[in-house]
Amino acid sequence: MLWKNGAFVDDPWRAIAEGEDPPPAGHVILPLDWWLQERDAFANSNAPIGLRVEPGVSIETFLQDLGRVSLIALSFPKFGDGRAFSTAALLRERHGFRGEIRAVGDVLLDQLQMMERCGFDSFEIKDPTVQRLLSERGAPAYSRFYQPGAGAEGQADGPRPWARKRI
Amino acid sequence: MYRYDEFDAGFVKERVDAFRDQVARRLKGELTEEQFRPHRLMNGLYLQLHAYMLRVAVPYGTLDSRQMRKLAHIARVYDKGYGHFTTRQNIQYNWPTLADTPAILDELASVEMHAIQTSGNCIRNVTADHFAGAAADEIDDPRPYAEILRQWSSIHPEFSFLPRKFKIAVNGAARDRAAIQAHDIGLQIVRDAQGEIGFAVYVGGGMGRTPMIATKIRDFLPVADLLAYTQAIVRVYNLEGRRDNKYKARIKILVHEKGAEWMRAAVEAEFAAAPRVGIELPAEEVARIKAYFAPPDLAPRAHSLAFEARRRSDPAFAAFVASNIAAHRMDGYGIVTISLKPIGGAPGDASADQMDAVADIAERYALGEIRVSHEQNLVLPHVALEDAPAVFDALAACGLATANAGLITDIIACPGLDYCALATARSIPVAQRISQRFGDTARARDIGQLKIKISGCINACGHHHVGHIGILGLERKGVETYQITLGGSGDETCSMGALTGPGFSSEEVVDAIERIVDAYRMLRTDESEDFLTAYRRVGMQPFKEALYETSKGADI
Repeated sequence: MLWKNGAFVDDPWRAIAEGEDPPPAGHVILPLDWWLQERDAFANSNAPIGLRVEPGVSIETFLQDLGRVSLIALSFPKFGDGRAFSTAALLRERHGFRGEIRAVGDVLLDQLQMMERCGFDSFEIKDPTVQRLLSERGAPAYSRFYQPGAGAEGQADGPRPWARKRI
Repeated sequence: MYRYDEFDAGFVKERVDAFRDQVARRLKGELTEEQFRPHRLMNGLYLQLHAYMLRVAVPYGTLDSRQMRKLAHIARVYDKGYGHFTTRQNIQYNWPTLADTPAILDELASVEMHAIQTSGNCIRNVTADHFAGAAADEIDDPRPYAEILRQWSSIHPEFSFLPRKFKIAVNGAARDRAAIQAHDIGLQIVRDAQGEIGFAVYVGGGMGRTPMIATKIRDFLPVADLLAYTQAIVRVYNLEGRRDNKYKARIKILVHEKGAEWMRAAVEAEFAAAPRVGIELPAEEVARIKAYFAPPDLAPRAHSLAFEARRRSDPAFAAFVASNIAAHRMDGYGIVTISLKPIGGAPGDASADQMDAVADIAERYALGEIRVSHEQNLVLPHVALEDAPAVFDALAACGLATANAGLITDIIACPGLDYCALATARSIPVAQRISQRFGDTARARDIGQLKIKISGCINACGHHHVGHIGILGLERKGVETYQITLGGSGDETCSMGALTGPGFSSEEVVDAIERIVDAYRMLRTDESEDFLTAYRRVGMQPFKEALYETSKGADI
């Protein structure tokens, strides 16, 4: 199930697995390796493309494609593998990526706000307990932060330049 | 010292409330232990051999009397009446129940304390020189910078799931009392040619299985760039640090494998490219934080005749002054180290009554300020020498006047197999036996400055690599074996100890230490040459001979 803007929503995107048939028209999320090999075939296509990127892959690998793709799905093979937090932050602050950044894989309830603050804006939730807790009470929403982040937040009251509050 | 404002208090309250909710979900079974683990670790709660252990943050080791009384209260109500001060300048409680932890965190919050990020793969409690703000050799107080780093790193959204834990230390004096070169990031306050304050930046030090001395990657970092540069280092580490093997996941391995030059270039490139909005430090904001740590208004004190008279007439007081009172930047004052290493005791333990007594003594004689040192002692940073006899008597009344700071019985030891789930051997009993062997004050003073550090497994929480004498407890075929290293040091001359050779059994290890000490006393040029200096002059060989070839001599 896809969690976005504080609710479960229908997902217009279809994830294509490695080795699956070439994608039909429509929103498809392609494994990065496939895209890197086949991207010339999409030269004349306007079909919305998303990329699935595993941790450890440098943004440099697909830097030239950032203008073409509408979604980047950053993978969490284990919740403790925090590399994608930095990847998302770099996509937003360094490379100005304005498309959707989606967290996929092992995503914990209590990580959602941290992910949002790094620039993620949608979350694929597979764990039934997390699905239920989100449906019942939404994601945790702390209101005070000690560092600037992405997402709905602004400068906190007081003199500290690094303090932020949720809006 | 720093005081919470509404924002800080609100931040901690939100986190305590969230943890209460997480504990409730865990107790109801909605979270598995595996899912709960990152949350309990984020709040300093470990699952140990016998029970949960709660580690409470003492930011850069600075406390006031009110906070110390609260720590005593928690020890009394929620634990078995004592707490254990750690090498990260924190305190841990070994017997809280899971259900009680939210209440303990509420108690802590009421005195502006918390347990956030005292464990887990995040940026841990930032440590600093325990003599900060008082030491005679200080360039600038490291605590305001440690406080700024503490705030910025708290629940950092990008850096809460690092490859491994991450430790930062700040030192502000010529003498490195914060062991910065044994940290993931070590910051040494320096002045440039214009007299501006900044930092020499060291990266990639650490102990554990693969001890490494940090590499200096910046000679001078302006204060304004403190957070931006730290962010660059941690970001490079988060993206590039190894995650395939937790024993190779610390930043020291990244620096070692990729090389110091690669690390420097990667950090500088990241630093140059990242936006500074919100993390560049305006001078007025640094000044505002510094004001919390402004030097106390100490009334000038004349040379104390009472102090001198007591010193001449009372050898016990004279011994205490010699080892436990350090030079203060103000004439007429001293920095008093309260040893938590009573002869035969468990290093770093303090009872609730002792904590209350320290709080009272600090309030009466030392402006209510207390420090926790990474050597597991407490410190009263501002004591008028005129009051030192009274302080000594009050400490003696609660068993806290052991005159051994910096001496052979001032031993650092990890909890070891008595408490820790990772340990392979006991540490505390070995420390206790060494302490008893050298318990005679005159003998310990004759031996002089000597740091013994004991770890109960290769993770090196007892910092044995930087002990002048290091002891590492291992398990060999079901039997505890203790390896000995010599020549380690955590100060500005940082070095990792070298292994003497085969290890010793639990029964043999204290005799082995005594042979090393006897060899040192034979080898030293005179009493002014301390153990480390002598070792560096003569090298390992004579100690090896003393350790492994004594039987030849004894048999003749």
